[in-house]
Amino acid sequence: MDAPRVREIRSVIARGKRWDVVFAIVGIVCLMIGLLTVAALFVDMAVKGLPRISLEFFTNFPSRRAESAGILSAWVGSTLVMVVTAVTAVPIGAAAGVYLEEYAPRNWMTDVIEINITNLAGVPSIVYGLLALGLFVYQFGLGQSVLAAGLTLALLILPVVIVATREAIRAIPAAMREGSYALGATQWQTVRYHILPYSMPGILTGVIIGLARAIGETAPIITIGALTFIAFLPSPPFQPEPPFLSFEWLFAPFTVMPIQMFNWTSRPEAAFQVNAAAAGFILVLMTLAMNGLAIWLRYRLRRNINW
Amino acid sequence: MEIARPEVQRFTGSADGAIKAAAGGLSFYYGAVNALRNINVPIHEKRVTALIGPSGCGKSTFLRCFNRMHDLYPGNRYEGEIRLFPDNTNLLAPEVDPIEVRMRIGMVFQKPNPFPKTIYENVAYGLRVRGERARRVIDDKVEQALKSAALWDEVKDRLQSLAFNLSGGQQQRLCIARCLATDPELLLFDEPTSALDPIATGSIEELIHKLKDRVTILIVTHNMQQAARVSDYTAYMYLGELVEFGRTDDIFVKPRDRRTEDYITGRMG
Repeated sequence: MDAPRVREIRSVIARGKRWDVVFAIVGIVCLMIGLLTVAALFVDMAVKGLPRISLEFFTNFPSRRAESAGILSAWVGSTLVMVVTAVTAVPIGAAAGVYLEEYAPRNWMTDVIEINITNLAGVPSIVYGLLALGLFVYQFGLGQSVLAAGLTLALLILPVVIVATREAIRAIPAAMREGSYALGATQWQTVRYHILPYSMPGILTGVIIGLARAIGETAPIITIGALTFIAFLPSPPFQPEPPFLSFEWLFAPFTVMPIQMFNWTSRPEAAFQVNAAAAGFILVLMTLAMNGLAIWLRYRLRRNINW
Repeated sequence: MEIARPEVQRFTGSADGAIKAAAGGLSFYYGAVNALRNINVPIHEKRVTALIGPSGCGKSTFLRCFNRMHDLYPGNRYEGEIRLFPDNTNLLAPEVDPIEVRMRIGMVFQKPNPFPKTIYENVAYGLRVRGERARRVIDDKVEQALKSAALWDEVKDRLQSLAFNLSGGQQQRLCIARCLATDPELLLFDEPTSALDPIATGSIEELIHKLKDRVTILIVTHNMQQAARVSDYTAYMYLGELVEFGRTDDIFVKPRDRRTEDYITGRMG
C-alpha cells in the first residue's frame, strides 16, 4: 500500500480517537460530580459526628442533655420496623411477581396491572403515609405502632420487590422451565422446585435494596405518628418462659433513626447537631451494610446457578 | 371409545409390527402462521424414527406436538390428532391434560438442560413430581436410570455434586437418565447432539441404539448421516409438510420423491 494512503488512514483514526478522549473526560467529570458530593456530605457528617460515637451513644435513650442522649430507642425501633417490613413485603411481593410472570394470562388486564406497579414505585412516600394513617392506624385500629409503620414501609417497597422478582424470573432460561414441564411437572411444582430457588438471589437483592430505602424513610413514619421522644423499649420478642415468643412489641409506640435525627437537627443547641451527625453516620453505615449484605447474598446464592 | 381418524386407522393395520403412535391430519398454527400441514405418519413401537429436513421445515415443531410443549405458550393451535397406542388416546384432545401426556412421553432437548441441582436430584426430579417419597425406591430408580443412560460408572462416586460440573456429553446423558427414571413409553429427542463434539455424539448415538429395546424413539436431526446410522424409519419434511416416510434403508437408497432425493444427495438444504 502506498504511503499517503497509510498516512490518511492514520489521521482518520487519530481524529476519531480524539473523541474517545473527550468523552472519557466528560464522563469522569460527571461521575465525580455525583460521587464527590455524596462523599463530601458523608465525610463532613463523619468528622462532626465521630467524636460523639461511643458505646453509650447506642445504649442511652434520648435525653434533654445532649451529651447523655443516645439512639437506643431509635435503632431498636428501626430494626423492629424493618423486620415487620421484610416479613410482609417478601412473601407478598414474591408471590405477586411469580403470579404475574408464571400464571397471569397475557391480556389487557395484566398490562394495566403491570403499568400500575411501575407507577406505584413512583408514588411519593408521604402519600403512602396518609394512606397508612387512614387505613392501618384508624381503620384497622393498629395505632401508632411498630406494626403500622412496618406495614406502611412494606407497601412502599412492594413495587421494588415485585419488579425485582419479575426480572429475576425472566433471567431464568426457558430451557429450565421446559425441562421441568417436559417431565410432567405442574405449574406449582415448577415454581416450587425451579422458579423460586433460581430467582431467590434476585428477589433477595431487590428486598434488601428496598429495605435500604425504607430504613431512611421519614415522611410516612411521621405521618402515621411515630413519637420523637421515647424513653423506653418495646417489650422483647423473646421471653424466658413459655410460650417464649411475644408479639406485644408489634403494638408498641416507637421511633426510628431518621426521626431521631430530624428531632435533633431541629434543636437550637449546637451539641444536638453533633448528635444528629453521629446518628446520620450510623444510619448511612446501616444502609451500606444492607447493600453489602445484598451483594454477598447474591454472590453466595448464584455460585451454583450460572447459565 | 372415540374412533381414530381414517388416516390413523390405516397405519394400525400395518404389517411392520406394532404402532406406538400415529399422527393423523395434523396441522399446527403459531398464531396465524401455519407451521404444519396435514401430517400423517406412524411411529413404530420400539423402533427409532428420524425426522429430517432443512431448517424451518417444522420437524421440531412436529416433535413438540407429541408432549404438548406448545401448550406452554399462548396463541398456538393444533388441528387433527396424534393417537398413542395401545390405549388409543388422542394426545391433542383438549380434554387430555398435557401433564398426563408429558408423564408418559419424555423429551431430550437440543442443548443439554440439567437443572442447577445435584446429579442425584436431576434424575430424581421426575419421581418427586410423581409424588414418590420413599428414599429406597428413589435411590434404586436413580441408579437404574443412570445405568441405562451409560452414565453410572462416571458419576456413581459424585451423585451429590452439581450437574453443571459434568461435560456436555455427560450432561446430555444425564438428561436422558432423567427421562428414563420414570419409564416413558415414547422418548423424543430434539437434535440431541447438535451442541456436542463428535465423541460425545457417538456415545449418544450408541445409547439411542441400545434404548430402542425398551422404548420407542422419535428423533429430530439435521444430520443425515446420523439419521442413517440410528434410525429404522425416516420421515422427510419440507415446508411444514411430510414429503416422504419409509424405512430408513429405502429412503436413503431409493427415495420416491424428487425433493427427498435432492435433500439427501445434498443438492438442497
